Amino acid sequence: MHKFRLYVADDTLNSAQATANLHALCQAHLPNRHEIEIVDVFKEPQRAILEGIRMTPTLLRLAPLPIRRIVGTLIDTPRVLETLGLDIHAL
Amino acid sequence: MKLDHLSSPAAMKKAPSGIIGFDEITGGGLPRGRTTLVLGGAGSGKTVFALQYLVNGARIYREPGIFVAFEETSQRIMANAESFDWKLGQLQRRKLLLVDAQPKFDLVQMGDFDLCGMLAGLGLQATQIKARRIVFDALDIVLSLLPDQAARRREIYRLHKWLFDRGLTCIFTLKGTADQPNSITDQPYGFMQFMVDCSVILNHSVVAGVSQRNMRVQKYRGSSFDENESPFVIGDGGFDVAIVRTLGRADAKVTSERVTSGIKRLDTMLGGGYYRAACVLITGFPGTAKTTLSGAFAEAACRRGERTLFVSFDSDGSEVIRNLASVGIRLERYIKSGLLRMVSARTIVGSAEMSLVRIKAIAAAHRARCLVIDPVSALSNSGTELAVHGVGQRLIDWAKADRITLVCTSLLNEISGQSETDTPMHISTLADTWIHLSYVVQAGERNRGMSIIKSRGTAHSNQVRELILSNAGVTLADIFTAGGEVLMGTMRWEKESAARVAEEVAEVAGKLKLVALDAQQAELEVRLKAVQTELVAKQLEKTLLARTTASRKAVILHGSVRMRELRGGDAPKPK
Repeated sequence: MHKFRLYVADDTLNSAQATANLHALCQAHLPNRHEIEIVDVFKEPQRAILEGIRMTPTLLRLAPLPIRRIVGTLIDTPRVLETLGLDIHAL
Repeated sequence: MKLDHLSSPAAMKKAPSGIIGFDEITGGGLPRGRTTLVLGGAGSGKTVFALQYLVNGARIYREPGIFVAFEETSQRIMANAESFDWKLGQLQRRKLLLVDAQPKFDLVQMGDFDLCGMLAGLGLQATQIKARRIVFDALDIVLSLLPDQAARRREIYRLHKWLFDRGLTCIFTLKGTADQPNSITDQPYGFMQFMVDCSVILNHSVVAGVSQRNMRVQKYRGSSFDENESPFVIGDGGFDVAIVRTLGRADAKVTSERVTSGIKRLDTMLGGGYYRAACVLITGFPGTAKTTLSGAFAEAACRRGERTLFVSFDSDGSEVIRNLASVGIRLERYIKSGLLRMVSARTIVGSAEMSLVRIKAIAAAHRARCLVIDPVSALSNSGTELAVHGVGQRLIDWAKADRITLVCTSLLNEISGQSETDTPMHISTLADTWIHLSYVVQAGERNRGMSIIKSRGTAHSNQVRELILSNAGVTLADIFTAGGEVLMGTMRWEKESAARVAEEVAEVAGKLKLVALDAQQAELEVRLKAVQTELVAKQLEKTLLARTTASRKAVILHGSVRMRELRGGDAPKPK
């Protein structure tokens, strides 16, 4: 099971893009094997402080370990997969 | 520079930094509720400036602040701040919050992003501690991660709006090239220059082997400011920006009170002594007793019970005390009683500016009313002529404003042939009283001559005096002029002896004459008495004669009447 947490800021364009890109990526490559939690830093600033989130959108891959941290709109799907250690061809 | 801002409603629009000198330059501090950009190269003091602004805000002005560190961790900033006397630990969390915002080392960046995450967190923290001030230190670190210039600009404006909405008074620090502080506009974040309301450029350069820090306010919207570069140092208390005090402040406390120079005849020459809070300059070649003269002043000050600071650049404090004791100036007891503080300035290293700051700090700690700097020309060894000149000027301004009577000695270099009209720091033009010591070589002797070149506001003697040092103390002697030539030392003594002998002879002669005259007077008086007695006798004789004559006539008349009666003749007919 892949656990993701995406920190977003309200309805900014960057955050909307990242949310869409993450969902699309999971649907395509990790169907039924993922959990996504979306955290809005403006609604829960305390969590942003605790996790040290400075830039939004920030994606945390919580499981499997190690924790991975990606900042940005996740626009480049192959690079995102590479960073997450997911081999496209093996899937 | 206009200081009337401080008392006008405009002052409400400024957030005082509490940094010595900076608030004077900007007429009250940073623009309140606006953004100030602090630019500088590596090690130029950006972080210290920004942190001190927050520390002072929290300590003095009751305005809590947040420090957002993009480059260093908060632990490192705390450790670095330990070297200052800010007691940052006491302030932390409740009044001053350090926020780590270094990009995580394992961070992978993919596509565009924004700073909303940080702002959301900061918004909460700012509300929690009721922050009024905020610093973003090394903002360029996070900006450089953004994919393009448009994104950077967008985030800066986002930040700007966020700050504005919350009314926070903010400092951004950015790296800038210290070498060309004017080419900021060519740099990646040049647009920030136009966006902010105030920008301050710090630079740190090395001139002739001496470190020199300068600060310049480049712009300040809606306010006048001092546009010149001002030197500053980073001392124990943080920033200390050197400014020339406004004249109004220094002039307000002018006094006509006199303080003794410690040498009675010198006081007479000056018409009563130095003025309090005056700057006295004593120039002379090596060995002309400059230190002795300033030591006499220090001793006299201590005798009055005034706290005195003696800064010696040449020798150790104990050496100075020993040497001065040989001419009857005993300072040791005042050291013991704590009135006098000796500082060997050889321990002060760094630029002239740094030395001045140290001297100011020590003088303040000692609450000195009198200050001796021996020699002040030592300051000129470090730094460019212009910088050193500024230091001399600020030294005098500071002493005057704090009502400290300042005695500086200044070495004139015999070899380079400096004339007495030129002192290394141009202090001579600024000093109130200028005493010059020189050697007169004559008849195989070298004697010390002293003259007052100038003394503002006091009638002063035009005479050159001979300065005589002995274990009984320092005295001044009139010099002997004979046939238009000035005589000193043994020759003066010889002339004086001859004069003394001649005077004695004249005195004896005078006495003899007086005795003779006394005798003559006595004789005359005796004669006068004899004559007067004779006169009285003559007068008596005359009276007697008159009386005898009258009685004889009466007898004759009476006799004739009686005779007629006896003869029975007629009574004579009355005529």
